[in-house]
Amino acid sequence: MDAPSPAGLDFPRSDGSRVPYGVFDSPEIYALEQERIFRGPTWSFLGLEAEIPKPGDFKRTYVGETPVVMTRDQDGNLAAWVNRCAHRGATICRVNRGNALNHTCVYHQWNYSAKGDLQGVPFRRGQKDMTGMPADFNPKNHGLRRLRVTGYRGLVFASFSESAGTLEEYIGPEMLRYVDRIFNRPIEYLGCTRQYSKSNWKLYLENVKDPYHASLLHLFHTTFNILRVGMQAHSQTDATGLHNIVLVVKNAEDNSEAYKAQNIRSYQDGFRLEDPSVLDMVPEYAELSTNHIQPVFPQLVIQQIHNTLVARQLIAKSHDEFELVFHFFGYADDPPKLRAMRIKQANLVGAAGYISMEDTEATELVQRGIRGAGDAHSILEMSRAAPDETQTMISESMVRKFWVGYAKLMGFAA
Amino acid sequence: MKVAPETLAELRYFQDEYVAAIDDDRLEEWPAFFLEDALYEIIPRENEAMGLPAPLLRCENAAMMRDRVASLRHANIFEQPSYRHFLSAMIVTGEDAAGIRLRTNYCVLNTNIEGSTSVYQTGIYLDLVRRTDAGWRFAAKRVIYDTSRVQTLLAYPI
Repeated sequence: MDAPSPAGLDFPRSDGSRVPYGVFDSPEIYALEQERIFRGPTWSFLGLEAEIPKPGDFKRTYVGETPVVMTRDQDGNLAAWVNRCAHRGATICRVNRGNALNHTCVYHQWNYSAKGDLQGVPFRRGQKDMTGMPADFNPKNHGLRRLRVTGYRGLVFASFSESAGTLEEYIGPEMLRYVDRIFNRPIEYLGCTRQYSKSNWKLYLENVKDPYHASLLHLFHTTFNILRVGMQAHSQTDATGLHNIVLVVKNAEDNSEAYKAQNIRSYQDGFRLEDPSVLDMVPEYAELSTNHIQPVFPQLVIQQIHNTLVARQLIAKSHDEFELVFHFFGYADDPPKLRAMRIKQANLVGAAGYISMEDTEATELVQRGIRGAGDAHSILEMSRAAPDETQTMISESMVRKFWVGYAKLMGFAA
Repeated sequence: MKVAPETLAELRYFQDEYVAAIDDDRLEEWPAFFLEDALYEIIPRENEAMGLPAPLLRCENAAMMRDRVASLRHANIFEQPSYRHFLSAMIVTGEDAAGIRLRTNYCVLNTNIEGSTSVYQTGIYLDLVRRTDAGWRFAAKRVIYDTSRVQTLLAYPI
């Protein structure tokens, strides 16, 4: 069921290799995305279960632009509801985090359970001789707009859609294998940092699906002559094109000496780190990797870089703004030394990260550059002749597949 | 906390010299304000309030600070910031064998290449300062920021 794209936004080729710039710069498209993606048949990442461990714990967050609260009821079950009173639409939850088994809208004090059921309406039965709510007013019909919620290995996802399959079906077995790789045991939440970018949220998804830019935009490793011996890329996209994984892994035939050699630093060209401990690495997965970058469309990127572990939450704020929340975590059984290393390696990632600070700079450069670009488009040709190549970083294949999946989900003729 | 007025004047001037070095883009001088084993970290107030450790930036010694400067000068790509720091309400919160503990408000304005100036970040410094033969030095400087949404990126220290 292909709907005509908004004016001037046709994808000129069906393989995703030409992307009309209007898709990044259109309030109209952004409004459609709210309906067809964020309130459509997708599952959005809300946060980590470890952020709300106890009954009544809650956190304010978003699905697309819709304000949502994720919480636990008195039995400890996860729930999520739109942060909008069923009565007149006022924001109910006005703090970022907390603990409460019921929530009251301040406007007229309508009161809701942690699950979002309406529990109390002041003056429902009137007062003295005054009438209250009509006899047919049934609180059961006026609960908060609830979302489907699934906790998966410590990650919390929600969906507005009743027709979307289960979360496991949505992510699919191929990609779940990589989620399981990182979320293999209980985690400890270490806190979050936030980064705000004046650019379209899909520019960030393009960025994380594009290993081609890594060695060209991020010059930290190159500048300090940090050699990466025996590492090989593995990239894979799911059938929808929306989810993918980029893993930089150690070759199976390499021995542990080669792993150590990865840390060899060349001194010949002058620059070297005085304290290279920021790049130390404790091997902790069967498949040894320096980088695990896994976008789970639309709101999550799972990241392992050396020993830093982050669930990046991508929140679209407008057609030309997004927020990234970096949820740092470790494992509940981390020895103190490894926990300290994960905290130290926060220096690598996030808004001040040695190997990541350039990403939002680049997405903002695009946003500024495409202003007034009308129906001009980008060119995604790298490795187009080898669409099934999975072992190279020099590829835009995952970006092309993403745009094919996006156009389909949006109902655009691709 | 009773601290001699002359000492307070010295400490205020030390803080002023610190922010002037950053505002004047003399980053190479920045690590020298610290003892060699000093901690410098920038962490959002929301984490600090919950007792969570995730930092925006964390240098566990002056060598890591010099590495940060070398990376900013030679590796990282960003729009050159143009900071102005404004400090206020420097309070002495403790004094013991480790040194003097200070809490100071800061506000950093940034001016972009188009010429617009905006508030880049506000927060507090939680400092431990110690007098050395060479003058005052930070034994620890923890930057607790209120502006939890970091606009675009953070390259330069605060």
